[in-house]
Amino acid sequence: MKILVAVKRVVDYNIKVRIKPDGSDVDIDGVKMSVNPFDENAIEEALRLKEQGKATEVVAVSLGTAANQDVLRHALAMGVDRAILVETDTKLQALGVAKLLKAVVEREQPDLIILGKQAIDDDAGQAGQMLAALLDYPQGTFISALSIEGNEAVVTREVDGGTEQLALSLPAVITADLRLNEPRFVKLPNLMMARKKPIETISASELGVDAAPRLKLLQASEPPVRKPGIKVGSVAELLSKLRTHEGIQL
Amino acid sequence: MKTLILAEHDGQQLSPALRQAVTAAKFWNAPIHVLVAGNASNAIAQQAAAIAGVECVLHADAVYLAHPLAEDVSKLIVSIASEYQVILAAHSSFSRNILPRAAALLDVAMISDVLEIKADNTYVRAVYAGNIHTTIQSVDAVQVLSIHSSNFAAAALGGNAEVVAVAAPAAFGKTRWVAETRVQSDRPALSSAKVVVSGGRSLGSAEKFDQVLTPLAAKLGAALGATRAAVDAGYAPNEIQVGQTGVAVAPELYIAIGVSGAVQHTAGMKDSRIVVAINQDPDAPIFQVADYGLVADLFEAVPALTSAIQ
Repeated sequence: MKILVAVKRVVDYNIKVRIKPDGSDVDIDGVKMSVNPFDENAIEEALRLKEQGKATEVVAVSLGTAANQDVLRHALAMGVDRAILVETDTKLQALGVAKLLKAVVEREQPDLIILGKQAIDDDAGQAGQMLAALLDYPQGTFISALSIEGNEAVVTREVDGGTEQLALSLPAVITADLRLNEPRFVKLPNLMMARKKPIETISASELGVDAAPRLKLLQASEPPVRKPGIKVGSVAELLSKLRTHEGIQL
Repeated sequence: MKTLILAEHDGQQLSPALRQAVTAAKFWNAPIHVLVAGNASNAIAQQAAAIAGVECVLHADAVYLAHPLAEDVSKLIVSIASEYQVILAAHSSFSRNILPRAAALLDVAMISDVLEIKADNTYVRAVYAGNIHTTIQSVDAVQVLSIHSSNFAAAALGGNAEVVAVAAPAAFGKTRWVAETRVQSDRPALSSAKVVVSGGRSLGSAEKFDQVLTPLAAKLGAALGATRAAVDAGYAPNEIQVGQTGVAVAPELYIAIGVSGAVQHTAGMKDSRIVVAINQDPDAPIFQVADYGLVADLFEAVPALTSAIQ
């Protein structure tokens, strides 16, 4: 079984992003970038399937500029077999991502495609579902457990109010929840070795896909802030404020 | 052109967020249709028909829709989509699963978790865990979106919409529903509770999480919530996680107990009307979003609060 894992390069989760002075977009110049955390779970799960002897090859793909090589090196250092960069200057949105990934799937013919359930920059959470739609594949979203049984991926989905189990005929698309696993730490020697590994580069135009954005960013702004609160000195004072100032019956 | 809303239900009851979605749909001033997909789901279709402002309920009933799969519901949406300029739903794990798939089949973008509708193709939504709001405009002919329910008022009941049967397309067949687990709780549902009592890692263990928070939640008729740190530490189940990657809540009263207040958490609760924080660390970021902050040992303060409430 061959697994394709999609890896997005995003602002590191520890960074508080700022808005450009003209409010036209977020300012990510010179900011630390990392692998989208959910995509690390996707990579980890693929590697575990290989270690269990269920998968024979794990291929990582990232879409973007040459700068995306760093997240592919990270995936190689974690242990993926091959890395592909689909090079484009277009500011990709979920539908464009799905279209480009579909073209990669057609070339690579994986049995399982694993993505993160959302990216922590745009928080859209759409690319996996859109990719499954375009391929007409089964989809398992927000997955916290996965097992391969015969020609099926049996998944546990995290849904509002509980969980749901589905059996997906392969090939299928699944999206990883943080709960799926704990990604391994990358060891320095592995990172050094990963620097020497080749990354296959495909130009997006070569794939013959229209990945143009459909959503126009008009403005980026700070969210409205809550009015400043007060500190109370005791439980009694807290209750009295809630009862008298806020009219809450307690 | 008309507006279509995808309804969510659990086989018995409609999700109450449909009423908020109806309010959002009114923005387009076009006839509002609601799609109900299920098995033996007549009663649910009737519940949708009783929401004021709904012109028509489209009811797709089939055995294989008992547990509606994204693969099937997205095809159902596409089969009727030509009449609609706008297709929307309340944001939830149900719509997050289905609507992106439907949007891709229609070759249009989707706008997730819309906070505000500015114009008939322009929306405000949050990015970076709620740290930044963006105003975006869709160039697509069909608008597909999910709405952040708590930002919209619930539409009134008292409607009497026509219920029309629609044919469900052939089942997808390559995805098999196996089982589900639903958390059985006598507490109200987290996403629609009026009061939420939420705990963080400072609770220290699953036993203490339960011992300290459950009596308070019981007295207040509140739903229990948790931070991701508390869930990851095994103190609380995943489905009650509040935040960027969990449930977004906006109750009348949100009581954060031993919660540090990481942005990933506050992204899911900062729309609450009143936020109370109890934390021993006076510098905890949760105090920046709290209307009332109490710097105290939670193991003393929370039992005291619980016994002081009638």
